[in-house]
Formats: sequence, structure tokens, C-alpha cells
Amino acid sequence: MFSRDRWSEIFETISKNKLRTFLSGFTVALGIFIFIILFGLGNGLKNTFQEFFLDDASNAIFLNPGRTSMPYKGFKSNRRIEFKNEDLDDIRQNFSLFTEYITPRISRSALTKYKNQSNSYSTRGVAPGHQFIEKTIIMKGRYLNQTDIEERRKSAVIGRLVAKDLFKDEDPIGKYIDIGSSAFKVIGVFQDEGGDNEERNIYIPYTTRQLMEKSTDRVDQIVVTFPKELGHAGAVAFEASLKKYFKDKKSIDPRDPNGIYFRNLTDDLKRSQQFAVVLQLIVSIVGLGTLIAGIIGISNIMVFVVKERTKELGIRKAIGATPKSVIQMILQESIFITALSGYLGLFLGIVVLKNVGLRLEDYFIKNPFIDMSTAIAATLILIVFGAIAGYIPAKRAARIKPIVALRDE
Amino acid sequence: MISIKDLHKSYSIGNSSLHVLKGINFEVEEGELVAIMGSSGSGKSTLLNILGMLDIADEGDYILDQVPIKNLNETKAAKYRNQFLGFVFQSFNLINYKSALENVSLPLYYQGIKRKERQEIAMDYLEKVGLKEWSTHLPSELSGGQKQRVAIARALASKPKVLLADEPTGALDSTTSYEVMDLIQKINQEGKTILVVTHEEDIARMCKRIVRLKDGVIIEDKNINQVLASSYV
Repeated sequence: MFSRDRWSEIFETISKNKLRTFLSGFTVALGIFIFIILFGLGNGLKNTFQEFFLDDASNAIFLNPGRTSMPYKGFKSNRRIEFKNEDLDDIRQNFSLFTEYITPRISRSALTKYKNQSNSYSTRGVAPGHQFIEKTIIMKGRYLNQTDIEERRKSAVIGRLVAKDLFKDEDPIGKYIDIGSSAFKVIGVFQDEGGDNEERNIYIPYTTRQLMEKSTDRVDQIVVTFPKELGHAGAVAFEASLKKYFKDKKSIDPRDPNGIYFRNLTDDLKRSQQFAVVLQLIVSIVGLGTLIAGIIGISNIMVFVVKERTKELGIRKAIGATPKSVIQMILQESIFITALSGYLGLFLGIVVLKNVGLRLEDYFIKNPFIDMSTAIAATLILIVFGAIAGYIPAKRAARIKPIVALRDE
Repeated sequence: MISIKDLHKSYSIGNSSLHVLKGINFEVEEGELVAIMGSSGSGKSTLLNILGMLDIADEGDYILDQVPIKNLNETKAAKYRNQFLGFVFQSFNLINYKSALENVSLPLYYQGIKRKERQEIAMDYLEKVGLKEWSTHLPSELSGGQKQRVAIARALASKPKVLLADEPTGALDSTTSYEVMDLIQKINQEGKTILVVTHEEDIARMCKRIVRLKDGVIIEDKNINQVLASSYV
């Protein structure tokens, strides 16, 4: 296998049969190249999907007030339900075992100014627990804390893009910004995996927001997180008892489908995960299909190559080549070519994937990649099948009598 | 050198079988130059193929240089061919992507001789057939006569006991044919045993002995006075 003489004989054959070498090499390189590109893009699609749907905490239930659609206990239908601050405390007290964080969320859009820069951003009045629900990552400064809430401070945590828009290169921490005509001190800058829109938010204490709105204690929305250990079934049960509690408290007919709305993220998570599985399946099928096409391609070429060489093999046998040496020659040649071009295709595919990766984010493909082990395994599979595809006709060619092979014109 | 006894060979064509060789007996001594003659279908090429171990007889004994040739598998046949025999074909059968020198050195490659030595030997034989200056040329760049001379050099390079030539002049014009026969005669004069299959009377007359085949049997086997090819050139 490693005799220098045999290798030089093979190099000679390869270099003097350029078309043949090119054809088989090209097939393998192309096969691997396409496999890597498609698989990588598929992974990119998966990444985008995960970013879109799996960014927030999955162990959260969103409680939204609505309007009743049935009369109940002397109340007319079409009554507006509202959440108050006391509801937060009630949840904390009655469901202490099932809750981790409880936060209200009061969203308002407000014109925000700093010096002569201004823009309209969404401002969310929240409690400190909100950080864990949105998976907010603090880049600079700090998040809101309990003191901010209790003292109704005018503190603001701004998104990365808000800081970029308003402050340019300036350090925003400790500066005052004008939100809807009130001055807020910037105490932190955050980033969020959820993308650009999330990073254009401003978080302020919900109590401050309530103060600004004539000291109301109304809350738009309540978000509750529960311990992950509850699991999907536990979460559904918790949601049901929470709903029952609130319908009772707010005097809503238990059969009324409106009144209050709950959104349980575990349901979303379960659906998302199912979709992710389907996506993975599609990516795998595409990859497998490409690989099979590649295998068929290289097999065809190998059969053609051996057929084309029948006469040459006959000559070689007539002047003393053993069947073993004939098979060995063909195999060594094909493995050499496929390994080399497979590596080339692998390399090119990864380079292209790296380079196009950043430009495809607009097309919902983020950070396309292929893990090395998959890429190398695919290359090896093609090489092995190329060798098998060469071995079968080579074996047949080595077995036919030289006299028959010589007659082959 | 060669001894065959009661050699039979038939080919099956569809359901019927064609009996090509019907009991051939003959001996060839070392240094002979034998022409095997016969019209097409007489079995002369089949005989040569069996002698060349390119084909296997159904029945009979074949002894080559005291080695009984039987129960051949492909590997063994390849080794014997490489050791004992040199082939010259009507259609030259050179490998078209290899230069003249590489073609000649190929049998030496299969003998396991090192590259440098191989090329030296091959160059010697090319010189012997008068094609030293053409060593780097591909077969497509050579004339028919030159190709056949390269093929002869290749057949000789492995120092075979016997040279088998199957219609070596079949694809050549008469002048070139005589040049090739002149070369074959010279090689024979150096002591090499040579068998030439031909259907041309003038080529056969340039050998020392003529064996005539008809319908699978030898009908004539005689020594003749050799005509020197050089007298025509």
C-alpha cells in the first residue's frame, strides 16, 4: 500500500488521465460541497427558529385581563376586568409553592429624548423578576431592584439599541433621559437574544409608571413563572387553578371563555419543540438525499472508469499484472482521488458557509454551520462508497481473461 | 522448451459447442523460430492464447520450460506470463497514455524492479529496436511499425523464455512488415525461442519451421530454409 513505486505509478496514471480524474474528483467534491452547504443552511434556519421562539423563559404564564361575555353574580356582561397591585400579592401568598417570579407589565410607547436625539420607544413598567422572564442580559450598570420599586424611583434600564441611538459613543450610565416629559436616570444597559426589537425597549419600575398615571394601581398584564420541575402537566394544572382563583376573585362566570386570558409558554414550548424536531428531520433528509445523490454519482463514474480501462487492464494482465494488483491499483487510485477531492469539497463548503453566513440573516438563516464530525463522516461515507463502487467493477475486470479484455475495443 | 500433448479446446456458442482444437501435439526446442499458419478459424490464435496462458485448454498437457502448466488461477497465470512469456499483438496493445519508455518498463514494474533500474533496462531495449530517440513519445505519435517495435521491446524487457507473436505484421504494410520480421529474426539469432502466428506465406517463410493447422488439427509440420527479411529491406 505504501510502496513508493506504486504511488508513482498511480500519480502518473492520474496526471495523464486528467478528464477521468477531474470527473470523479469533481463528483465527490461537489457532493460534499452541496451537502455541507445545505446542511449548514438548514442548521441556520434552525438557529433562527430557536432565536424566534425559544428566546424567552419557557416556564412562564401570562395573565391578560379582558372583557366578560356572560353576566354573573349580578354583574352584566361586557364588563372590563382589571388587575391591581393587590392581585400580585394574592398570587404570591396563595401560590407560593408554585411561583418563582411575579411581575406586572405595563407597556406604553413614549417619545424619549437625550440632548438633541429623540425617538419613540416602548417603555415597560415591570418588577425586578421580569429580568428572568425575558432573559435580559445586563451589559452595563444594573437591572431594576426592589428599592426602585418601593421608592418609585425614576430609574430606567435601556436596551442596547436605545443606547446606540441616543447616546452614540457616550456612556449612558448615570445620564438623564426624558421619557414622556419626565427625567429618568439610566441605571443600566441590556441586551437580549430576542433580537433588535427587544433591544429597543426601556424598563422602568412599574410603580413609577403608576405614579405617572395619577397614582393608579392598575396593572396591564401579570407574568408568573413557575419552577421548571413542575413539568408540562404540572404547569397546565397550575394554570388551571390560577384561572379558577382569578375567575372567582373577579366574579367571572367559570364558563366564560373571555374575561381573562392566560398564555402558558409551556404549550408554546412544546409546539416549538415539535416544530424544531420536524425542521431537524427536514435538514437530515436533505442531507441524506444529497449524500445518496453523491454516492450514485461517484458509483456511476467508477463503473464508467473501469469500463473505459478494460483494455488497459487486459494489457496489464497480459504482461504480468496479477488480479490483486489490478484491483489494488484501481482502489488506491479512486480512494486517493475521492479523499483528496472530498477534503477539497469539505474545505470549500465550510469556507463558503462561513462567508455567506452573515449575509443571510435577512433570509431567516442565522449563523449557518455544520459540526466537523458530521462533515467528516459525510466525506468518509462518500470515500467508502466510492471505493466500494470502484471495487465491484474492478474485481470483475480483474477476473475477465486478458484475451477477452484485449478484444474490447 | 514447449511441449504439448493432445490439446483440446472448445467454445460454447449458445447451445452448441464449437470444437476448435482437436488434439494438438507438438514440441518446440529452445532457439526455434516457428510460424503457426492456417486460415481463419483453423484454431491458430486459440493455440497461441493457450500457449500464452491467456486462455485455458479443456484437455491435454502443456509443459513450458519443464514447468507443467495446469490448474492455473489468474494470479499464478499472471506470474508465469510475467516470467516466461513475452507477447506481441497484431493491434500492438500499447497503453495509450504511457510513453514508449513507460510501456516498455511496465512488465518490469510487475516484476518488482525499482524505477531507476526499470528505466535503464527499458531504454536498452528501446535502443535495441532502434527507437531510443522516441522514448518519450506517446503511442499516438508513433507509426505502426514503430508501435510494433515498442511492443517487441516491451515483450523482451522481462527476459521471457518464449516470445509469442500473434499476427505481428497483420496491421502493417509489407515494407514495415519486413522490418519487423528482420527484428524478430535478429532476436531469434540471439537465441530466443519465438512463435509467430500468421496467415501470410511470405512472413511464414522467414521463420525456420512452419506448422500448418486446419480445422483444429496439425496437417503439416516441417523445417524450412529461412528467408532473411533483410534481403527485402
